[in-house]
Amino acid sequence: MINSTHKIKIAIASGKGGTGKTFVATNLFYALQQAKIPVTIVDCDAEEPNVHLFISGCLTKSFDVTQKVPVINESICTHCGRCHKYCSYNAIFHVPTLQVIKVMEDLCHGCGACFVACNDSAITEKQSVLGTVKRFDLANQFTMIEGRTKIGVYSSVKLIKAAIAEAGSDSVVLFDSPPGTSCPFIQTAHLADFVVLVTEPTPFGLSDLKQSVETLADMNKPMGVVVNRAGIGNSDVYNYLKEKKIPLLMEIPFSREIALTYSKGLLISAMDEVWLGKFRQLFDTLTPHSWK
Amino acid sequence: MEIAVISGKGGTGKSSFAASLASLAKNILLADCDVDAANQYLLFQPQHTEEEVFVSGQKAVIDYSVCTNCGKCIDYCGFDAITTVDGKVEITKISCDGCRLCERVCPFKAISMIDNDKSRLYSGTFRYGHMVYGRLAPGEENSGRLVSLVREKSKQMAVENDHDLILYDGPPGIGCPVISTITGIDKVIIVTEPTRSGLHDLQRAMDAVFHFRIFAMVVINKYDLNHEMTTEIKQYCKLNNVPVVAMLPFDPVVTEAMVNGKSYVEWAPDSVVSINTSRVWEIIKTRTP
Repeated sequence: MINSTHKIKIAIASGKGGTGKTFVATNLFYALQQAKIPVTIVDCDAEEPNVHLFISGCLTKSFDVTQKVPVINESICTHCGRCHKYCSYNAIFHVPTLQVIKVMEDLCHGCGACFVACNDSAITEKQSVLGTVKRFDLANQFTMIEGRTKIGVYSSVKLIKAAIAEAGSDSVVLFDSPPGTSCPFIQTAHLADFVVLVTEPTPFGLSDLKQSVETLADMNKPMGVVVNRAGIGNSDVYNYLKEKKIPLLMEIPFSREIALTYSKGLLISAMDEVWLGKFRQLFDTLTPHSWK
Repeated sequence: MEIAVISGKGGTGKSSFAASLASLAKNILLADCDVDAANQYLLFQPQHTEEEVFVSGQKAVIDYSVCTNCGKCIDYCGFDAITTVDGKVEITKISCDGCRLCERVCPFKAISMIDNDKSRLYSGTFRYGHMVYGRLAPGEENSGRLVSLVREKSKQMAVENDHDLILYDGPPGIGCPVISTITGIDKVIIVTEPTRSGLHDLQRAMDAVFHFRIFAMVVINKYDLNHEMTTEIKQYCKLNNVPVVAMLPFDPVVTEAMVNGKSYVEWAPDSVVSINTSRVWEIIKTRTP
């Protein structure tokens, strides 16, 4: 039966890279799929998307995400320099004395200020590709969506938004978030109802966890923590969670078996019923009544 | 000479490896370019830190004593950052890109810009030389620009203090901050791990490195966790003429060292990871002009 708890959006995130975000997100997806709860997973780590290594389906849709960049018609341009002045990203290179004007497309954010600036209608727009969003359907109501940036693109934010929009809101939606606490992460977390932070109990893990927690607290986002590779490191992460009253949702011990399964691109919850049960349980602890 | 350690995928052990290389070098400028999640300072506790404010950009704010809620700014914003909430025009802080277009088009001059000034650039000394690192405040953008400043500062301090070698601990991914880290440097060491994700991200990182025509070397960390994947990574590297300069086994001493505030070559100099890492250092040293 589908109810409102089956429509929440959960971001799986971490400040530090490689703590096991994708591991948690993909196994959670599998556990929901096995429980016949409609679910969509969105790979928002558009610089290095990895979900497709663990979950495959039929490619049913693919589209480019673009942004507008200016094209300056030099036969009309009067070299007044207003577009250069309006550009906040130094994307218009202008040497008036030499009558040189050039658009640096890599630096352009597509804000459109230069179009407004130009009084001579010398600027037209063209579309520049930022990356691709692909939709893979596994079966009715089970979907994987991937955002993938083109190499050399400055920001993945627009692509992430497009990938998340493609997911809609008729199922549980899991976001495999980009690492860090800058804009790509914030955009992803902003669109989620709950954020699961995955960390490891080490000094690097704790330092990065603190940054993520502070960022999410500023955003008033409900959150919980999964400690991966439990058993390595020390107890500082646990003390921190207690002190901040942040729920510890799950512990995943360090094991060579789990590491090996992951390394092959396989899901532990598909290999081992105990883990299937644990991830199903993780979802239950995330239903709204437990955090509201 | 400038060398960067990058990884594509996060968590492959890039920072621990870079910290160990720095410990072996003894006289070095170490710069942490992972401005989103700087970690080297945790191990090396740098001293006499100089702190500089980094303005990462600007955000638009509305003066409601002047705003007439005409909505012109909404039409012009290219980032969907301005909406009407209960008849009142509001800017969503996290979506604002700081382009200033709304400020320019507002007929009532009700919009002004404020600096994002929470990010910092730090520099100082540590036990093996000098250290530079940046910390980007949560939610602030322009990490590539901060990385460029980290590099400028590093080069300047290296000259002032006679360091021949600058080692950059790079950010994960292949986006703007990574490009800023590797543009124009001499060598890149890519630290990977024998997992499907590790190989996939290595390939994306390698494409970025080839794009900038930089000499690359690969280190396979935790190679014994999956021998088949390790073989696959080695074949991929061979095919692309990129040397695999070290294979490091999985060893709990790496985490133990971190917990004790040391690099692993300091903590366990006789371990296989340390011995193999020192071979990489020998390669770098002999090839340094």
